Amino acid sequence: MTKADGTGTYQLTAEERRVAAGRDLIIEVIASLMIPLIQLFALYVIIHGALGAGGGFQGGVILASSFILYVIAFGITGARKRLPESWNTGLQSLGVYIYAGVGLVCILVSLGFVQYLNYWALPLPVAYEMRRAMGMDFVEIGIGITVMATMTSLFFDLAWKEKEERKEVKESNEGGEKK
Amino acid sequence: MIGIEHLPVLLIVLSLLAAFTIFVAGWFDKKFSWAISFITILVQLVMSIFILNHVLFTGKIDYWLSGWRPPWGIQVVVDTLNAYVLVVLLFLALLSVMYSKRNIQHELPEKVITYYAVYQLLVTGLCGVTITGDIFNMYVFVEIFSLAAYALIASRGGIALKASFVYLVMGSIGACLFVLGIGFLYSVTGSLNMADLAAILPPLYGNKMVQAAFALFVVGLSIKMALFPLHTWLPDAHSFAPAEISAMLSGIIIEVSTYALIRLSFSVFTVNFLKLLPIYDLLAWIAAIAIIYGSVMAIAQLNLKRMLAYSSVSQMGYIMLAVGLSLSTKHLLWGGLTPALMHILNHALMKGCLFMVAGAFIYKADLWNITDLRGLGRKMPWTCGAFTMAAISMIGVPPSVGFVSKIYLIFAVVEAGNFLFMAVILLSTLLNLVYFWRVIETLYMKVGEAGPHHEYEKPVKTDEIPLLMLIPILILGSLCIVMGIIWLTEIPIIGAVPIMDSVNKLFEIGRYTVVP
Repeated sequence: MTKADGTGTYQLTAEERRVAAGRDLIIEVIASLMIPLIQLFALYVIIHGALGAGGGFQGGVILASSFILYVIAFGITGARKRLPESWNTGLQSLGVYIYAGVGLVCILVSLGFVQYLNYWALPLPVAYEMRRAMGMDFVEIGIGITVMATMTSLFFDLAWKEKEERKEVKESNEGGEKK
Repeated sequence: MIGIEHLPVLLIVLSLLAAFTIFVAGWFDKKFSWAISFITILVQLVMSIFILNHVLFTGKIDYWLSGWRPPWGIQVVVDTLNAYVLVVLLFLALLSVMYSKRNIQHELPEKVITYYAVYQLLVTGLCGVTITGDIFNMYVFVEIFSLAAYALIASRGGIALKASFVYLVMGSIGACLFVLGIGFLYSVTGSLNMADLAAILPPLYGNKMVQAAFALFVVGLSIKMALFPLHTWLPDAHSFAPAEISAMLSGIIIEVSTYALIRLSFSVFTVNFLKLLPIYDLLAWIAAIAIIYGSVMAIAQLNLKRMLAYSSVSQMGYIMLAVGLSLSTKHLLWGGLTPALMHILNHALMKGCLFMVAGAFIYKADLWNITDLRGLGRKMPWTCGAFTMAAISMIGVPPSVGFVSKIYLIFAVVEAGNFLFMAVILLSTLLNLVYFWRVIETLYMKVGEAGPHHEYEKPVKTDEIPLLMLIPILILGSLCIVMGIIWLTEIPIIGAVPIMDSVNKLFEIGRYTVVP
């Protein structure tokens, strides 16, 4: 953008950029304060799943909600740059790999002696009871990652679609006016 | 050494991992997706044959997931019925994925990766339903394969979306009824394990809650298997899906729902409960109406795939008629569940072949209507030959598989003493002849492009579909005859008859000879 007197370019301030994109200062500040807390709580819920109420599904959804809050506060283009689609796909698969992999490791390490997902056989240097708890934690982490990636990608799909459609509608309207 | 008892669960894990690997591999190259899917299903088929061999000669597989004892943990139980359905479904899934390579490149070139990932999830769900020994787990897997099927039916877009949405709404209602039934049973017994339920239920057979649960299971799964008054989603879904998905839908997906009903009614509720209520007689009558209705509606169709879809409604009637009669027949050959299980395989072979050929016509020249197929018999001799084999098998010409199903069913009906059902089967055979002969006549006896009569003498240049699509069609078409001969002569190497015998022994119906 050129300056009013036409000498060189004019850099927009952060405030002006925010206003141009239709964002709000209060929402941005509150969101940036809340997102870390939400993510911390999500991790707590995921890890707590082995002991009581909670687990991968609930924690994953809470984790995804922090990303959705980020999108709402800071705009979708920036969020997509931070979490590209390839990452989403990769994380979805990673969660399933962790979950199924823990089960397979149980069979493989014990040479087929114990059942699928029997954490008893996990090769961890801790006591038997701890191994069960930690195996469950691994599975919950896997579920949490997959649920988070799936919820985020669902949200992105819906949000992107709407935006593209709006652009198309706008273009078609402009075409109509020219004719 | 990993023992054979791990195979059922590895089958599902392998399939699930492959589905997500296809997503990741798709970022590098689209070609990987087909190869991964094909190799996975091939490995699964080999595993399932090992499982069948094991359960037939050693005994059933009883596997406790993560080492918890059954009423608390999830149990995987594989007996001959599961293993048989597993082999049939993976066999058709393998041929479908083989067929789909060129077809999907042609029809959905930009959706290849998602298509194969969802297809692999479909196979995961179907395998899961067949191996599990826990009713809630069965519900979850039913939902997995249903969701995958909704997505695959809608993959073509346009009008397929509407067909898929109708299936989604009806399938969800069916799933709701199914899970409500599970809730009723759980509220009465406090258990979800099939073997445990079978032990707890006998004193509760008079309980209204248990009877309501059974009714909910029957209605919920009838929607999934498209039994006559609840079949309305089926014609659209079959006609607008890609060809190999139509073949899977008709040949396997509705059959697996039938398997679920057989498993629930015989393993959870057992024969003694079924004898208390006349519900199986009622099912047999509904099935008889379905047979006639499906055949009549098929005659009225112009679209080839739609005609085959209505034919599926009628064929599901055959299976349910056989299931309905299973309590009242005792003979060595056709007693018990034998005709129903036979027809599950036979229907998969015939309908798989027919839908794939219908897809081949669409692939080659975008021909959907029967009247457009004039003179194709000389243009595509192998494809039309396979179609003719499957069609005469549907009509029931000996020694094809359709003949075997019908003759066993007729014997069973005679033994049950209901001659009206026999009239229904014979009438349906006649109607089958009407609607399949119309297609065969159009293929071979009408001149292409309305030419003069002497065009018959002119050599026609053959224009076949790609080899990768032709091979599955030819395998299925020839198996329609070969399996018929095997059923009729009871060649023991295939183990066909011992499977049926051991299933009847398992559920204590019919009469059984071989004790494996």
